[in-house]
Formats: sequence, C-alpha cells, structure tokens
Amino acid sequence: MSWKSPGGAVLALVACSAIAATEPYPSTYRAKPGAPVLIRNATVLDGTGRRLDGADVLIRDGRIVGIGPGLERGDATEIDAQGRWVTPGLIDVHSHLGVYASPGVDATQDGNEATDPVTAGVWAEHSVWPQDPGFATALAGGVTTLQILPGSANLIGGRGVTLRNVPATTYQAMKFPEAPQGLKMACGENPKRVYGERDRAPSTRMGNVAGYRQAFADAQDYAQQWDKYQAELTAYEKKKGKDKDPAERPSPPKRDLRLDTLVAAMQGKVQVHIHCYRADEMAVMLDLAKEYGFKVAAFHHGVEAYKIADRLAQEGVCGALWADWWGFKLEAYDGIWENLAFVDAPPNGCAIVHSDSEEGIQRLNQEAAKAMSRGQRAGLDIPPERAIRWITSNAAKSLGIADRVGTLEPGKIADIVVWNRDPFSVYALPDLVYIDGALAFDRNHPPATPRSDFLLGQPGAAR
Amino acid sequence: MNRGGTLALVALLACCLGSSGIAHSQDILIRGAKVHTLTAKGTLERADVLVRGGRVVEVGSGLATAAGATVVEANGRPLTPGLFGGITGLGIVEIELESSTVDRSALVGDGASGPAFVPRPEFDVAPAFNPDSVSIGVNRIEGITFAMIAPNASGTLFAGQGAVARLDGSADPFVAASRTQFLDLGSSATAGVGYSRAAQFMLLEQAAREALPGKPLQAGDVRLLTPTGREVLARYLAGGRIAFAVDRAVDIRQVLDFAAKHGVRPVIIGGAQASQVAALLASSKVPVVLEPLLNLPGTFDQLGASMENASKLQRAGVPIMFSHFSSGTNTAHKVRQGAGVAVAHGLPWDAALAALTSTPADVFGLGAAAGRIMPGSPADLVLWSGDPLEVTTVAEQVWIGGRPQSMRSRQTELRDRYRPTGVAARPRSP
Repeated sequence: MSWKSPGGAVLALVACSAIAATEPYPSTYRAKPGAPVLIRNATVLDGTGRRLDGADVLIRDGRIVGIGPGLERGDATEIDAQGRWVTPGLIDVHSHLGVYASPGVDATQDGNEATDPVTAGVWAEHSVWPQDPGFATALAGGVTTLQILPGSANLIGGRGVTLRNVPATTYQAMKFPEAPQGLKMACGENPKRVYGERDRAPSTRMGNVAGYRQAFADAQDYAQQWDKYQAELTAYEKKKGKDKDPAERPSPPKRDLRLDTLVAAMQGKVQVHIHCYRADEMAVMLDLAKEYGFKVAAFHHGVEAYKIADRLAQEGVCGALWADWWGFKLEAYDGIWENLAFVDAPPNGCAIVHSDSEEGIQRLNQEAAKAMSRGQRAGLDIPPERAIRWITSNAAKSLGIADRVGTLEPGKIADIVVWNRDPFSVYALPDLVYIDGALAFDRNHPPATPRSDFLLGQPGAAR
Repeated sequence: MNRGGTLALVALLACCLGSSGIAHSQDILIRGAKVHTLTAKGTLERADVLVRGGRVVEVGSGLATAAGATVVEANGRPLTPGLFGGITGLGIVEIELESSTVDRSALVGDGASGPAFVPRPEFDVAPAFNPDSVSIGVNRIEGITFAMIAPNASGTLFAGQGAVARLDGSADPFVAASRTQFLDLGSSATAGVGYSRAAQFMLLEQAAREALPGKPLQAGDVRLLTPTGREVLARYLAGGRIAFAVDRAVDIRQVLDFAAKHGVRPVIIGGAQASQVAALLASSKVPVVLEPLLNLPGTFDQLGASMENASKLQRAGVPIMFSHFSSGTNTAHKVRQGAGVAVAHGLPWDAALAALTSTPADVFGLGAAAGRIMPGSPADLVLWSGDPLEVTTVAEQVWIGGRPQSMRSRQTELRDRYRPTGVAARPRSP
C-alpha cells in the first residue's frame, strides 16, 4: 500500500507548509569572528578520503579557501603545523549531552519522555542544558558538531537537534543553522522493557512494530486531512472572488505535534535515526520505512550491522556504531571489533563512529583508531584517510549537513582540528580546534577554552 | 606494527587449542622481545625470557634453548606481564541486563515486614564464578590475565567478598591472599542505608562493634549482622583488606579514619576526588583504583574529576590501579586504553604500565614476583603487536601460568563467519 500518489505527495508538501509556516525556536547561532589563518605544513586528512602530506590549509571569513602545498600567506596568521595532523572538526551523531547532563542527578534526567511509547512531538532541544560541562570536554576532543537525541525508551522518542559545539547560554545559540532535525526511533529491548514492566504496550518486539505502524498510519491519515483541507481552502479561495454568496471558509484540522513529526519524516524533512542492535530488527525497520515511505538515515548502535553490511550499503543507510561496546544486554551480545570496518567495506558503505557517551565523545578518534586497526588485521585496507570519514564526512552525511561540514574543501565551513600527532593514537590530543574559522579551543591556553557555569567556584574544580 | 613473524606462535596456538584439561606446560623461550620487566631493571630491548613449569626462570640475552622448548621469536615486539582488568564482574555477570545471568549482589532482606537492608559481609561471589563466561575469553585475548571479581553493593553498604582471579579458564582461579571485603559509601549507597552518609558510617560502626571480639552481644541487642557475618567481618577488621567505593575527598578522609581505628587495610575504589587528599593517601600508603577516563562529575561526589587524577596521585606517591567502571565486565580491557590516555595527560608511561600489572599484584597480595617479568614470576605474559598502551596495538599471544591461551573468542568466531567475501585475514605476524 502506498499513500504517496504523486499528487498526494505534492499536496502533503503544501499542507506541511500550512501546518508550520515559520521555523519556531530558530537558531540564533552567530559565528565568532576569526582572523585569517594559514595552517602550514601539516599532514592533512581532508575527510573526502584524501591524505595530503606537507599541506597547508587556509581559512578566511569562516571558510576554507585553500588546501594544498605552499599556499600564499597573505594577511593570514601562520601556524606551524610541522609534525602535526589536521582533520575536519569531528561530528558525533549520537550524543545526550545537555539532555542527560553531568552531574547525572535526578534533576538532569531530561532525555527520555518515557510516559508514552510514541512521543514524536517532543524535541530534544527543549531539554538541552547548555551548561552541561560535557560540551567543553567534547570540544577538547575535537568535536565541533553534534546531534543531541532523545533516549531510546520510546518507540518514537522525538526530534533530535544538531548543535555547534560552542559555549552559549541558550541552546538556540548553539543550534546549527538550517540543519534538519532528526527523528529518534528505537527497536528492541528498551521500549518493550520500559512499557512491558508497566503492563502496557509494547511488551514484545511485535508490539514494538505494531506501535510504529499505528503511529505512521495515523500520520498518513493526518496528512490526508491536511491535504483535504488544503484542497478545500484552495477551492474556497478561488471561489471567493467570484461568488457573491461564498461557502463557509474551511477550518483546518487540529494540529497534532506528534503526527507533524511523523509527516515530516515521511516527507524527508527530518533525518530518521533508529536505535537498533540486531540485524534482523534492522531489516524489519527497513521494511517499515518502505511501507510508510520514509528513509532511514542511520541505524545507531547496530552491533550486528556487520551481518547486513551489504544491504545497508545498497540502501544507502549508515551504521552509527561503537568500536568495542558489547554484551551489556542480549541484543548487544554479538558485538565484534570489526563492525565498523565491515560496514565500511562494501561499495557505498557508510560507517560512522558514534559515542552515546559523554566519555566516548571525547575520543572519537581513538574509537575510530581501534576499529581501523581491527579492520586492518581482518584484512581490509583502511588507511587513516579512509577511517577519518567515520567521524567526519559520513557523520555529516547522516545528519544532512554534508554540504557544509565534514570535509576540508574550499568553500566548506572551517571546522578544523589541529592534532599534536597522528590522531589515530591513544596519545593524540587536539592542540587547536576551529569552529567557523574561529579558534574555539587551544590546549596550551586553557583559560581561553570554555568552561561551564556549573563548574565555576566548585571545590576542586579550579584549573 | 606487526613486526617480525613466527610460525612458532601458530604452532603454540595449535597446541593450545588441541589440548584439553590441564596440560603440563612445556618450556618456552620468548626470544628477542622488548621486555617490560616492571622491576628495577626496567625495559630490556631484545631480551629473552625463559619459562619453565609455569614460571619465568630466566630473563637475559642469548639464553640457551632447552631441548624440546617452544621458541617464540618476538622480533623486538613488546612483552609485558598480563594486565589487570580492574574491579569487574567477570565470571559472575554474563549479560548485565539479564538478571538470570547476574550473580553479583546478595540483596537479602526480610521482605515487606522487615528492613530491606540486611548486611551480609559474608557474601562471597566465588561459588558463582563461571570460568566459561564469554566475557572472560573476550577480555583474555586483549591481554587481561587477572581481575578482581567483586560483588556489587547495589545501593547497600556491604557488598561482600571478592577476590582476584587468574583468567586461565580454571574453575577455581582465585588467589587466596587477594580476598577483599567491598563496601559502598557516598551518594551511590542509598537503599536501606538511611539515604545519608552519616547513617552509612553509623551502620558501619555498629557492624564493626558487633564483630569485635570482647564485646559480646547481650540477649535482646539489636543485631545488624548474622553470626557468620560477624565472624567474617571480624577477620577483615583484624588487618584485612577492605575496598571502599567512594569518590568524595571528605568521605575518603572518613574512610581513612575508620580504617586506622579498626586496623583495616583500605583500598579506595573510584576516588574521583582522591587527588585532593593525595598527600594523606600517600602517607598512609592507601592505594586507589580509578577510572582514568573520568573527567566529568557523574555525581556531586565527583565534582572536580579530572584527567590529571592519575598523574597527580602517582606524583604524590599513591599506588594507583585502573578500572573501567562503566562497563567493567564486558569491556574490562578498556583499562589499557585508559592507561594510555592517562599517559597523554601526564602520567609517566612506566607508571601507567605498573598500574596495570605490578601495583595490583602488590596491593592484592599476588606475590612479590607477580605482575613483573623476573625469575620466579608466574608466566602470565602478553606479547603485543606494538606499544602495549596504544589503541591500534593488539595482544598477539597471551600466556597464563606458562600456557599459551587460545587467541580466539566468541567474537572472533562471529568475525570470521561474517568477514566480507574476498577478504582474507592477514597473517598473525606478517
């Protein structure tokens, strides 16, 4: 069954703009002004799969304007990067910073609206506490962009938000301008456990799937109501000018925030991110996506993604994965070190290292290094210039922002990490992090780096 | 990486896989390794290590090959003692979220009518230990050869008894001298302990008083412990080792006071704020098991958590060890990465390796030569593909008690089943 007749799709698009004409909660992010910078003589992994030795990177007006050997300095400040490595700013597609902030006390548990299995109407951004000290420690690990997602208690947990990792007093001032929102869904054990323990649906995996299907069926119906309303409104407007005795103006359907989100998913306006561990369940979710006409941007956690690596690649679905997490629950029992490498291997394979952790997000480079090394030992050819894509361009792709960040190419936003050495090492640390061409972190000048309000004046927190 | 090759390794592996039960370990000569001895001799480039009867008998250069010995050409690769996996549930937790596979806590209460909190210091995890747990194999091939198998207090005060196990697959791998009583203090101990740190210390003092000889209880006295619990706790109060899970500096001070008063040898587990009381810990020679990756306050007790905790404590002279608490069972091996990260944040490399080897061996009473490579050391050894603390390095061969361990696990089985078609595994040591 397809609800998307060509005409219907057009109408639905129109209807959606009628549903929400302007973007609420808009980004107020403004790039910090940054003077032109020339990073000289570095080993550059540009995120497209290329490695350039002894290359320069020129940043001006927040953009990358040049990359290659022997660039003209002009008025730029020169940074000697001899022996250092340069990569795009790192991107984490799965973070709960701000919604499960540190300290993890009762008052900061804002990541799961676990009161109903379908809470597609909630937006993670409305839980984000910008003073989570974890943003600054992630920045010290080179993370310049991150998606904050609702948790996985619910079948459909709500919308995620993509943030620039800059210190701010409001989340709107961190919000990545014009980045699509995400939609968080969850398979498997979590939703059925959370609700099953309360003697309500879902309590089984089949209950999970029925829950998604009913929600999307409701959304189809909702979209049709809006299409109908739009058609009636158009007819009314057409008639109004000519008819002396006009019919009553049609009234719009009641807005439903949950269904708005699901309609947006079916229209491709939000990126669908699905927490799903098992290969067989991912296959069910791909069928669900076909049934309701949405696209899965990425499966998150996916410890069994390696079992369906070819299918994921064929369908253009990314796997946002860990290097070595496994076994903490049954659906994570089949984890292997080579998961990322195997998902990366087929043509069009899209592997992403994600963190889901305030600790892991600080060392995405090391997670990638572990997976790269294990992949190499399993016989795959994975040089660093390939593996860096797992924490830069592939992540950007799944977030729908690859046109702006994730690679070092002229015209791209100048999100850049200068590492003290090869980043695929346990000893590697970012020396400098640029966001939009402005210096956001400098390891050797700690006072200039962000620090949460929360930590100020705390005993033992001085530096 | 992957320097040098040896068919001997493959032969060893085959021998090990083929053997069943306890085979008598044969002589092994590991030749030309970069030997991190963890002794005053430091690191020896291109040294040989001779293993006989499950122990290291000689370390030097140009060692003679005994007849029938297996020779392993290390070709300069690093050799270390086996690593300590930290405070874990290895063997007593298969899958954390499947309660039927978890034997880590004894929450024995009186039900609805009585108190939820019935402290059972006599609880001992050893009888539940399963040497066949998949997690053990997964961690062993990462170079983890011993770990503290510890009970979990699950919000109560007394967790019970744990001990260090050698992860050699034997059914009774525990080192008797390593037995430790575990206590949970601070904000993590809540249920049934009055939701107050003061109540924790109140109950602790009461338990200690009950256990002390010479203060027999009178009929009708309110009893906190069972008779067995009193006996067991008495043993620990008489110079035994008690591990206190505690983060806050002021709570660590309380613990040290309690330990001094009762003659206990304390070990601090967690210690997020330990560097604030580093001098005190150093002067009382109290070791700390810490998570080197902790630099955010997970709780208010962890305010001030810092990547420099390890290096500050080490500089002050506090014996440190590592544990990956957040997933210390399945992913216990992450302590190795944590050690490397600690080095990146100022901990001397040798001190980081000691935190994974000789320090836990000393703290938990494994013997003077344990956790080291010297004559008399148990031959618990790991040959690495490169820098043992580097994330791109893997353990190429692990020996425990001189026996080569299978370098396969359930994970490698899955890997090989699903390896992309047309891709052949690289030889172990090309």
